[in-house]
Amino acid sequence: MTAVEERTGTEKEIGKARRRKEDARLITGRTTWTDNMVLPGMLHLAVVRSPVAHARIAHVDVSAAQEAPGVVAVLTGRDLAEEQGSLPCAWPVTPDMVNPGHPSIAVDQVNHVGEAVAVIVARSKAAAQDAVELADVDYEPLPVVLDMEQAVQDGADLVHDHLESNTSYHFVFDAGEAGTGADTEQAFADADVVVSRRFVQQRLIPAFMEPRSVVVQPQGDNYTMWSATQIPHILRVMLAMVTGVPEHKLRVIAPDVGGGFGGKITPTPEEVLSLLVARRLGKPVKWTETRSESLMTAHHGRDQIQFIDIAADREGNVTGLKVRLLADMGAYLRLVTPGVPVLGAFMFNGIYKFPAYRFECDGIFTNKVPTDAYRGAGRPEATFAIERIMDELAAELGMDPLELRRKNWIRAEEFPFTTVAGLQYDSGDYETATQQALELLGYDELREEQRRRRESNDPVQLGIGISTFTEMCGLAPSRVLGSLSFGAGGWEHASIRMLPTGKVEVVTGSTPHGQGHETAWSQLVADSLGVPFEDVEVLHGDTAISSRGLDTYGSRSLVVGGSAVVKAADKVIAKARRIAAHLLEASEDDLDFADGKFSVRGTPGASLGIQEIALAIFAAHNYPEGIEPSIDAEATFDPENFSFPHGTHLCAMEVDTETGFVKIRKYACVDDVGTIVNPLIVEGQVHGGLAQGIAQALYEEAVYDADGNLTTGTFVDYLVPAASDLPHFDTGNTVHTAPGNPIGAKGVGEAGCIASTPAVVNAALDAVRHLGVSDIRMPLTPERVWRAIHAGGDGGDRASARTNAQAVDSSDAPSTTGGAR
Amino acid sequence: MTRISVRVDGASYDDDVEPRTLLVHYLREQLGKVGTVVGCDTSNCGACTVHVDGEAVKSCTVFAVQADGAEVTTIEGVGQGGELHPVQKAFHEMHGLQCGYCTPGMIMASIDLLGENPDPSDDEVREGIEGNLCRCTGYQNIVRAVRHAAADMRGNGSGPSANGHVAPAEVDTAAAPHVVGQA
Repeated sequence: MTAVEERTGTEKEIGKARRRKEDARLITGRTTWTDNMVLPGMLHLAVVRSPVAHARIAHVDVSAAQEAPGVVAVLTGRDLAEEQGSLPCAWPVTPDMVNPGHPSIAVDQVNHVGEAVAVIVARSKAAAQDAVELADVDYEPLPVVLDMEQAVQDGADLVHDHLESNTSYHFVFDAGEAGTGADTEQAFADADVVVSRRFVQQRLIPAFMEPRSVVVQPQGDNYTMWSATQIPHILRVMLAMVTGVPEHKLRVIAPDVGGGFGGKITPTPEEVLSLLVARRLGKPVKWTETRSESLMTAHHGRDQIQFIDIAADREGNVTGLKVRLLADMGAYLRLVTPGVPVLGAFMFNGIYKFPAYRFECDGIFTNKVPTDAYRGAGRPEATFAIERIMDELAAELGMDPLELRRKNWIRAEEFPFTTVAGLQYDSGDYETATQQALELLGYDELREEQRRRRESNDPVQLGIGISTFTEMCGLAPSRVLGSLSFGAGGWEHASIRMLPTGKVEVVTGSTPHGQGHETAWSQLVADSLGVPFEDVEVLHGDTAISSRGLDTYGSRSLVVGGSAVVKAADKVIAKARRIAAHLLEASEDDLDFADGKFSVRGTPGASLGIQEIALAIFAAHNYPEGIEPSIDAEATFDPENFSFPHGTHLCAMEVDTETGFVKIRKYACVDDVGTIVNPLIVEGQVHGGLAQGIAQALYEEAVYDADGNLTTGTFVDYLVPAASDLPHFDTGNTVHTAPGNPIGAKGVGEAGCIASTPAVVNAALDAVRHLGVSDIRMPLTPERVWRAIHAGGDGGDRASARTNAQAVDSSDAPSTTGGAR
Repeated sequence: MTRISVRVDGASYDDDVEPRTLLVHYLREQLGKVGTVVGCDTSNCGACTVHVDGEAVKSCTVFAVQADGAEVTTIEGVGQGGELHPVQKAFHEMHGLQCGYCTPGMIMASIDLLGENPDPSDDEVREGIEGNLCRCTGYQNIVRAVRHAAADMRGNGSGPSANGHVAPAEVDTAAAPHVVGQA
């Protein structure tokens, strides 16, 4: 099945905590960020952006800007209207989904603050930015649509007045109708207990550290684009479709890319504009955003209102689940905007054996920047809802929340398990992961402390939050994507070039931006081919080098892209075997391949290394008749199923009932991500995911004011946590290999982000539920927590996120146990 | 235009700069020192941190003219004689970076921290680098790296031992203690 064969003589690379190859350039500043690029004659772009959320453009006067020193050209929406096309949306989730089209630059109307209305082209970046101030645009204001629940009312103001409503689509999955479950209405009619809640998934901003940047170089009728993107391959196809530049005349390069988290997964207006300007002027151009441009105009994530109903019997057996979502699309549909909630549709049932399930989602337009993928994309929302409602059901039934989960989760011996949503969960053991997590946390001691604090009426109460999660990742089986009307497949491609000196070039269609592909892929190939780790070079991110690929998102790189690499290595070995048999004058069937050498069974000493074969076939003086003189190979891997990492995340949290401050005392999690190729990288991915998931619970919120201005448009206001805002994480793993890929790996990139948010919120609620609090809106600012405790409700709307920056007080070691303040 | 003389990473430069030019833009655009990067406009992220006369500064909050006569060290100049700085080594060793964009600033801030406090605890590291944002790592391995470097610079190659639970990555990150075996 696999080329990841047991290596006898040397230590296996898979499982080894290899230090990363990528680091050498990153720790010394010898990097190739897009904004580093300087080309002869290069011009700089700055974008004039709308200061209003919704308006008709009455008049644009750029004459003063045009006259400014150093300004070469100024282009308005009108100038580019005929050639800009529409930014693509690849996921029409229903046949009648309404897509209003997405201009890269507004022509007649602006629909969110920050939308481009003109582009300044100048000799220097400073000159371009100076001239932005000189562009004069008259706006005729239109009513601003911001609130989804108002936007769906009859007679509501419209974002797009040529449409009938603000609803883009209505997507339904009904397990009864799909044949994967019982009738949901009946299940609720028969239930002993029904718990209903409304949860709010606030709007978040991916906030990658490297601002987006694009450079375009025209060469005759060819164009090379460097972009800080997660998707050079998809971007190339989409740019060709949008702008009419033929695909084979376009080369896209993602050099070093400073983080993405889904935020660099969509073709952007600025990429299109840079290409159009370079084409028009015949000069190389660069656009690099400021941080405030990034927060204001790069797509956002989450933003759902969730209506969740759960049904159960008195003993705590769940009998049905109903989910109704309002999902904020923002003003337009970007690449996978409508699909994000749909990715969650099949995960709301979590790890539990629901007999009945119904999911409905409305995608709603508002006058805000579009949403699209953000780490987890649909699954964090689903996991939050199910893990929160399980706690609410436990409270209603008077049951221990862990016992309720245990009673309903899929047992280890039941894998593979087909869920009520129709997915086949591949492998796992929820009980074992939970036991280990409880030990890591020191659960019993903390419960005891919680009891003491409660009895003594301590102003600082302690809570323990549980999140037992799974997720679907490794996007994705192409046929499944097809059945969901996605516009592309989910395969990945790799090729392996055996160089004459025995060195190995691995070309991958996955496109890293921090994940360590160069290291992990080297480990895979070292094991497969039996060559030294150091002899492998991994090439990626350039469509001229990596001819086919579907890039990096959805925790797919190792599971799908790594599998393609392993499959390509299998083919290299198969080709080399024929050469080896020829050169060793033996039958192919008599050859063993181990540690990079073919040896003839029963003939000691007769062996040939694969790196020697690479040289022999380069010379090509002596090889079998009827075959090509090459042992290079390529492979395309299309998974047959998703992979389903799972884990148990536990958060112990102190809540100061007098001030509303919350502080994570301890965080422990045990994740099962299948085979671990590099434990350092896996742990790093978990840490980073935890930080972002905890940040959703405690700190981050994109807030718009009543006029549609983003009031969290800088890092002063949008609280990306610093080191002092986060606790130490105690992490562990169980390993149940994924049967669906040759490595046995499951995705890990999003796990921490998906699992942690409900654990944190459940912890806060566990601390104060006895005070009558059953929900607190995220992020859990002191203001909201205090209001929820003292005034009831969920803490209300739009608290200032800033005040919560000290929620994790690093002067107390986060992992110490015991001791009231 | 104003004339400035500045030493950067051991070389001397005389240049005309606009008075409004920020030090980071001078470094990147006039000197080609693109190892130092820009991450925000509000001095929150610290990605642009360099040393001016031995002190860490966010080079987006300093005008180039303020560096006139100063000795500037960037990430490109912290290594000595082809050797990595111990903090650079530790970030590699402890997996203290992922995408690497914050890394130059994070390393420069950490070197400054260790100059003031050669044996910081976990919490002292967390507070010491709180002016630098990282979106990838969750900071835990950065904290490890800084403490590992501290031990290295104190001449204790075996890693930090005094405070808290930091241990070399091999110990703390190996899946082994928690792994129940391949199913």
